[in-house]
Amino acid sequence: MSYNWNWGVLLQDPYLGWLISGVGWTLAVSAAAWVIAFALGSIVGVARTLPNRFVRGAATAFVELFRNIPLLVQLFLWYFVVPELLPEDWGRWVKRDLPLPEYTTAVVGLGFYTASRVAEQVRSGIESIPRGQTLAGYASGLTTGQLYRYILLPVGYRLIIPPLTSEFLTIFKNSSLALTIGVLELTAQSRQITEYTFQGFEAFTAATVIYVVITLSVTAAMGLVERRARMPGFIAGGR
Amino acid sequence: MIEIRDLDKRYGDFHVLKRCSTSVAKGEVVVVCGPSGSGKSTLIKCVNGLEPFDSGTITVDGISVGDRRTDLPKLRARIGMVFQNFELYPHMTVTRNICLAQEKVLGRSRDEAEAKAASLLARVGLSDQAHKHPGQLSGGQQQRVAIARALAMDPIAMLFDEPTSALDPEMISEVLDVMVELAQEGMTMMVVTHEMGFARKVAGRVVFMDCGEIVEDADTASFFGSPRSPRAQAFLSKILDHV
Ligand SMILES: Nc1ncnc2c1ncn2[C@@H]1O[C@H](COP(=O)(O)OP(=O)(O)OP(=O)(O)O)[C@@H](O)[C@H]1O
Ligand SMILES: [Mg+2]
Repeated sequence: MSYNWNWGVLLQDPYLGWLISGVGWTLAVSAAAWVIAFALGSIVGVARTLPNRFVRGAATAFVELFRNIPLLVQLFLWYFVVPELLPEDWGRWVKRDLPLPEYTTAVVGLGFYTASRVAEQVRSGIESIPRGQTLAGYASGLTTGQLYRYILLPVGYRLIIPPLTSEFLTIFKNSSLALTIGVLELTAQSRQITEYTFQGFEAFTAATVIYVVITLSVTAAMGLVERRARMPGFIAGGR
Repeated sequence: MIEIRDLDKRYGDFHVLKRCSTSVAKGEVVVVCGPSGSGKSTLIKCVNGLEPFDSGTITVDGISVGDRRTDLPKLRARIGMVFQNFELYPHMTVTRNICLAQEKVLGRSRDEAEAKAASLLARVGLSDQAHKHPGQLSGGQQQRVAIARALAMDPIAMLFDEPTSALDPEMISEVLDVMVELAQEGMTMMVVTHEMGFARKVAGRVVFMDCGEIVEDADTASFFGSPRSPRAQAFLSKILDHV
C-alpha cells in the first residue's frame, strides 16, 4: 500500500475551518443534549422513587421506552416520523419553520435517550441512601419536597458522580450519530475532508485526537467536581 | 402529652402491634423494652406518624396523629427523634446538620440557628467538632450531635429508638449522660432501650412489649421489683444477667 501522508492538509483552507466548525457542532450538540438529559433524567429518576404509583409508572415507561430503542433508530424517528404524527399545523411548523431542524432534532433525540440512562443513575443513587435518612428528615418536620431538595438529591448526586461522568462522556461519543440526520459535526467533517482530499488517515486521526482531548477534559472537570463535593469521612454503604 | 389508645397495625398477614395502649405524661420518662422484633420501633415510629397504623388513636399534645387533616410536618417539628444509627446527614457539617430544620421548617434566620447550634453543641460537649462532617466523628459523638439536632427544634417531647445499641461500650455512657441530664431537666421522653441502668435511674414507668403486645406497663420500682408476667420476668433475668 502506498499512501501519501500529508498532515499539512489539516491546516489548509478550508479543511482547518471544517474541522473547527465540526468541533463546534459536536460541543454544541453534546452540551445542549446534556442539559436536557440531566434535567429530564433527574425529574424522571426522582419520579421513580416517589410513592405515587401513577407517577412512578409513567416514569418507568419513559425509561423503558427511551432506553430500549437504539439511539440511531430514535434519531430517525424524531427526524422523519414524529413531525408526521404531530397535529397538522405543528407538523408543518416543525418541517418549515423550526430553526436548525437537524441540530434541534439531534439535541432532543440524544437528550431524551441519555435522560433515560441518567434517570436510572439518579434512581439508584437515591435508593442507595439508607431509609433512616428519610425518616430523620421527616421526623424533623421536612416536607417531601424539602427532603429531596436538601438531603436525598445532594447525597444521591454525590454517590453517582462516577457513573454520571461516564454518561457525560458517552454523550460526546454518541453525538457523532447526529451526522446521520445531517448535522456537520466532527465525524461528518472528517468524512467530508476525506472525500475531498483522500487524506482519510489524517482526518480521522485528527478527529480521534480531538474526541480524546474532549473526553479527558470532561473527566478532569468531573474529578474536580467530585473532590469539591466529597463527604469527609463518609464510607459508601458503611456506617 | 402522648396518648396511645388501642393501636393496631399489620404488615400484610403479620400483626405487629396488637391493641397497644399507653401514655407519657408531660415531664415523664417512659422506657420501652422487649425482645427483638416485638414491635418497639414500630410503636415509637407511629407516635410521630413515620409509620401509618390501621386502627386506634394516638394524640400528641392533643393533636391526633392519625387524622388526615393533621399537618404532620408541623407536628413532627415539635417532636424530637433520635435513631439507633444516628442518621446525621453525611454531606453537611455538624453545625449545618443542626441548623437545617431550624431554618427550613421553623423559618429561623441563619444567625439565630447557628447561635442555637453553638449553645447546644456546648451543652453536649462538642463545641470543638462544629465544623467537622459526621463521618469524621465517633459513634458517641455522632449520637450526641443527633440529640442536639433534635433539641434545636425546642421539642415538646423526645423519642429515642435504641440510641445506644449501635455504640461501642465505652461510648454508651457519654450518650446516656446527656439523656439523663435531659430527663432531670423535665423533658418528656419515650425511650426504647435495653439500658436498664438508665431506666432505673430516670424512668417513671417501664413498658414491656412482646409479640406486638404491651405485656406490662408499670412504674419503674414495681417493674424491677416484681414483674407480673412470666415473659417480663424471663426477659429481665436474661438481660440483667448479662450486665
Ligand atoms: N416494613 C415491614 N414489613 C414487614 N414486616 C416488618 C416491617 N418492619 C418491621 N417488620 C416486622 O415487624 C416486627 C417488629 O419490628 P420492630 O422493628 O418494631 O421490632 P423491634 O421491637 O424494634 O425489634 P429490634 O429490637 O430488633 O429493633 C418484626 O418482626 C419485623 O420483622
Ligand atoms: Mg427496633
